Amino acid sequence: MKRQIIKQAFLKSLPVMAGYIVLGIGFGILMRSAGYGVAWAGAMSLFIYAGSMQYVGVGLLTGGAAILNTIITTIMVNARHLFYSISMIDTYKGAGKYKPYMIFALTDETYSLLCDGSAPEEGDVNFYRFLVSLFNHSYWVTGSILGSLLGAVLPFSTAGIEFSMTALFVASFTEQWVTSKDHLPALTGLICTALCLVVFGSGNFLIPAMLLITLVLTLFRRREEALL
Amino acid sequence: MNAAILVAVMSVVTILLRALPFVVFRNRTPQYVSYLGKVLPPAIIGMLVIYCLKDISFMAHPYGLPELIGVAAVVGLQAWKRNSLISILSGTIIYMVLVQMAF
Repeated sequence: MKRQIIKQAFLKSLPVMAGYIVLGIGFGILMRSAGYGVAWAGAMSLFIYAGSMQYVGVGLLTGGAAILNTIITTIMVNARHLFYSISMIDTYKGAGKYKPYMIFALTDETYSLLCDGSAPEEGDVNFYRFLVSLFNHSYWVTGSILGSLLGAVLPFSTAGIEFSMTALFVASFTEQWVTSKDHLPALTGLICTALCLVVFGSGNFLIPAMLLITLVLTLFRRREEALL
Repeated sequence: MNAAILVAVMSVVTILLRALPFVVFRNRTPQYVSYLGKVLPPAIIGMLVIYCLKDISFMAHPYGLPELIGVAAVVGLQAWKRNSLISILSGTIIYMVLVQMAF
């Protein structure tokens, strides 16, 4: 039974594996070239565990950023995690001893695997979600350490492999689209974000997009709640 | 030493952001927040799709073609086979071949 859950959680996490290991390697290489060795790369991936923030963080470290500046940058880059947590409040209810770690490990990719209420065929759903979170975390840390140790001596060109993360979100989006009759939330996300990207530019569009999405979904609340 | 403090700051702020909604609504979730929790997931995934594609330029070579072809492959395979491992793997390989050999 437990083995079944471990197996299903591992299979669920597989799509994230390649992307996390490769992006982790990229992070490890970046840290090494910035003068921070394997312990630093490993510790950041273990304790921060937020991909884009860690890439930004390398710049903060090398630039000797002030603490206040670091706090503000982290909030700006990671504000979207508020969204993930809000939408997982009900799903993670009753996760008990697993809950603190599951909240800590709620990355973009883990969110996209678990936000559809994904569960094992039978058995402890919280243990399953905990394991998916843990597997993903371990890929990320492993990649960072590998990148720091091996550096740029990979035997083949991995150019373009970062597309696996895009593909993961596109696949989640498509699956959600196919299984749902109500497409308004999905369209709201796409259109509001694209609009904010055009208006605010690629550096500053995420927070306006989150506000706009919340506003639009709030305006459609009556219609949506009739459908839910 | 300073670097260790910065890493700790990034870690703590990230944890606080992730934990905040769970802490604020630990006893009772307002209906409005519950509602957002139900409609946000598809919207956020849509947001992440755009976020991943934010640096494409349609004005300069290769005009976003590798990304568009890769995305189309993933959408098509996922709608057809309903197996995300197959769609993600195939889409990524197609994209890698395109950026390494074709464009």
